[in-house]
Amino acid sequence: MNDCHHPAPSAATSTRINNFVLKVATVNGTGSASANGLLLKALFRMGIPVTGKNLFPSNIQGLPTWYEIRASREGYNARVARVDVMVAMNAQTYAKDLAEVGNGGYLIYDSTWPRETQLKRDDVTLLGIPLARMVNEHFEGARIRTLMKNIAYVGALCALMDIDLDIVRGLLEDTFAAKPKLVEPNFKAVCLGHDFARDNFDCPLPARAEKMDGTRGKILIEGNAAAALGCLYAGATVGAWYPITPSTSLMDAFEGYCRQYRRDPDTGENRYCIIQAEDELAAAGMVLGAGWAGARAFTPTSGPGISLMSEFIGFGYYTEIPAVFFDVQRVGPSTGMPTRTQQCDLMSAAYASHGDTRHPVLLPADPRECFEMAVSAFDLAERLQTPVFVLSDLDIGMNDWMVDELSWDDNYRPDRGKVLDDEALAGIGKFHRYLDSDGDGIPYRTLPGSSPSGSYFVRGSGHNQYGGYTEDATEYRQVVDRLKLKWETARSLVPAAIERKASSRTDIGVIAFGSSHGAVIEALDNLHAEGIELDYLRLRAIPFGAEVDQFIRQHRLVFILEQNRDAQMRGLLLLELGVDPDRLISILHYDGLPVPSDRIVDTIAEHIPQQVTA
Amino acid sequence: MSYIAKPKVSWDGQPKNELGLTLADYEGGLSTLCAGCGHDSITAALVRAFWELSLKPEQVIKLSGIGCSSKTPAYFLSGAHGFNSVHGRMPSVATGAQAARRDLIAVGISGDGDSLSIGMGQFAHAIRRNLNLLYIIENNGVYGLTKGQFSASADPGSKAKKGMENKNQAIDPVAVAITLGGSFAARSFSGDKRQLVPLIKAGLKHPGCAVIDVISPCVTFNDHEGSTKSYAYTRSHLHAAVEADYVATRPEIAVDYAEGEATDVTLHDGAMIRLKKLAGDYDPSNRARAQEYLEAARARQEIVTGLLYIDTNMPSFHQIAGTAETPLTRFSHEQLNPGAAALEELQKGLR
Repeated sequence: MNDCHHPAPSAATSTRINNFVLKVATVNGTGSASANGLLLKALFRMGIPVTGKNLFPSNIQGLPTWYEIRASREGYNARVARVDVMVAMNAQTYAKDLAEVGNGGYLIYDSTWPRETQLKRDDVTLLGIPLARMVNEHFEGARIRTLMKNIAYVGALCALMDIDLDIVRGLLEDTFAAKPKLVEPNFKAVCLGHDFARDNFDCPLPARAEKMDGTRGKILIEGNAAAALGCLYAGATVGAWYPITPSTSLMDAFEGYCRQYRRDPDTGENRYCIIQAEDELAAAGMVLGAGWAGARAFTPTSGPGISLMSEFIGFGYYTEIPAVFFDVQRVGPSTGMPTRTQQCDLMSAAYASHGDTRHPVLLPADPRECFEMAVSAFDLAERLQTPVFVLSDLDIGMNDWMVDELSWDDNYRPDRGKVLDDEALAGIGKFHRYLDSDGDGIPYRTLPGSSPSGSYFVRGSGHNQYGGYTEDATEYRQVVDRLKLKWETARSLVPAAIERKASSRTDIGVIAFGSSHGAVIEALDNLHAEGIELDYLRLRAIPFGAEVDQFIRQHRLVFILEQNRDAQMRGLLLLELGVDPDRLISILHYDGLPVPSDRIVDTIAEHIPQQVTA
Repeated sequence: MSYIAKPKVSWDGQPKNELGLTLADYEGGLSTLCAGCGHDSITAALVRAFWELSLKPEQVIKLSGIGCSSKTPAYFLSGAHGFNSVHGRMPSVATGAQAARRDLIAVGISGDGDSLSIGMGQFAHAIRRNLNLLYIIENNGVYGLTKGQFSASADPGSKAKKGMENKNQAIDPVAVAITLGGSFAARSFSGDKRQLVPLIKAGLKHPGCAVIDVISPCVTFNDHEGSTKSYAYTRSHLHAAVEADYVATRPEIAVDYAEGEATDVTLHDGAMIRLKKLAGDYDPSNRARAQEYLEAARARQEIVTGLLYIDTNMPSFHQIAGTAETPLTRFSHEQLNPGAAALEELQKGLR
């Protein structure tokens, strides 16, 4: 049987209440996702701030997959490169999983089959639970046994980590509301694991849960689902896409919401049209066609899709058609690592397509901003009559984040921009599609179906301000110079960067954006504890507003954290703002895993003493 | 694309259609294509078809890709919105526009380079979706704007102006359309307005994707001896299998029918497409037979024309998607937005 010897708790482990990393190693395709979701939600319902990160293979069945839950009473949501409790359900990765457990940590494994040459570590407690045997004794059928084995480790963790059984039962009741017969067998599996752990080990472990009040007003949501909700609320009616990881769940979610909220209750008719395109080129064309025709249209994709869509993105820029592109970034180049995260499409999005092209790019930091920025993106696309990007990443898009509840103002009305209807057309002299009557670089447009006096010909070839074909030097320049003026107008319309001032005056700053935000906040707190103070500017869009230029100029030294190899954001700042390159120091993280806060702390701490004493 | 504003000349006694519009009201800018280009005849046929059907110009959207053919939407229906997209990508733009505005009649003008090489994928998928679109391919077997390279529709053995012989197989858009499960596949010749105008009308009224391959000789690069897309070759190898016309329920448009057997295909609105078999053994409702017939004709070096396959009951793009009858752009914000209370309710499941 298993001896349950605990090494003496160190100072570190004594602070592990509501402050731990629980990692589950399984084989993909075995249904472990629902077990892990159950764990995450149980902790959340206990009032403990949590985040769940899925480290999964680009595969359907049979390869290793991991799920990491971080509980943080302070509410930190970054990934931590430390594991307190490991559930090692995959023999293939056992050695690696054991090696990852932190000093004083615990590893749970299935002890059904005795291992003669069991790998061990003196500083890690191994807890063997005969999960397969218990489940096989109580359940019939291979599939159900596999699923229940996962539920059984949830039960064991309930005992070991003091997770509330009533909450787990409540969650099962919610999950199986439509199939109540499934509640009992699932709870039975929970109890099998729970009772074994309770009877055989010294429960609870130092790394454990305790009810608190840290999740009031919060929800758990993935960025892709939140972005889909944003599309729904913004009034998007046309979605065209080509399936690609990690953006697929955005359209899946949109379709689900549309079925629920956009179907005529009487006729069953759809007030939306979702088109699975033949490729990304076509998806982009469909979005532009719909945008031209007056619908709010979007496509979710990832880096490889942006490469293919670039032709149409440039077309949309030059012909001034509203469109929204969600790029849920994954690791490049080429096919790269489709199930890992990066911020590597900044350059390709900001300047997508040949010729002089520039596109507004919104940079959500979490699912809540995916929701909000989805709505802003549609408003901006129509206000500016141009393709607009929302650049999230796999970490935001496909992981469970705890964020403030989404809120909606019923007074919101879509900004359709400068559209002339027939009445307005009748009131003006002659309609000219690309004339800048207001001096802001944004012309007026009409929609197909308008009275013939509003008709015009969209063309990607050279055109003059009246919409006519041109090869005339002056006429060509007039239009592209106005497009540049429009870019200047965009600068004040996109979401501004947000500054977090240090608690005391400092001439050192850090700039970050997107999914790195949580790690920066945690790093700044840790640096503060070490006496290092930094101002922090979180970029939320390209083009950069005046506040970005100001922030850089006001600081002697600015660290720029980004999740790519080539310092793309630093490059963009240099190109767009012409700031002194010597002030901008890169912190680069690009291994495909979300950036942990100590990566930031270490780099900054390394630089600061030199800089301070220099 | 270059065009020159065309003066609208009107005089008393010009024939007017039901809307009181003359043919000139359906014209566009002056063509800048070469004198004698087949494409201009197709443009003229389109103008006549729109006029005869009494369509309001603003009911139509006209889309194209890149190439000589794709310039032509500037030369008709100046009162309609037009979209000259990128090379080979007209169908996707038409798909998005149709998704948003199903009340508009979409007319796509493409060429053999635009649809059978760079745009083969989008051509295929517009057919597969049975998109509500009149899809005209102005087929001359050659790349004109880049000065005379063979296109994918050039027949094996066909000679280029400079003498090279094409050795690759030809892609026949009609055969492709039928094979892909298209609901309307026709072929005509730019020089045969009598056949082409009724076909266009039938295509405009067809509830789905109507592909019309129109042999349209390139007078500059592909009208010589040895070309199988020249005026002379096309005229001498034409073989009309089926004639078609759109027949509104009222009032009937008089068509000059020769002797032969006529069949009516009734559309959902009660109007009809009238088919007249010219080849006694041809059955345009039988896909397998149509393919067989085309293949046999190809072996005889005949260019089979007419409405070669039709199925008006195949579900269209919107029927498959279940899109509302009301165009999506007509729904108000209130009709599309679930509101704050629904968002709050939804989030109960996220805790």
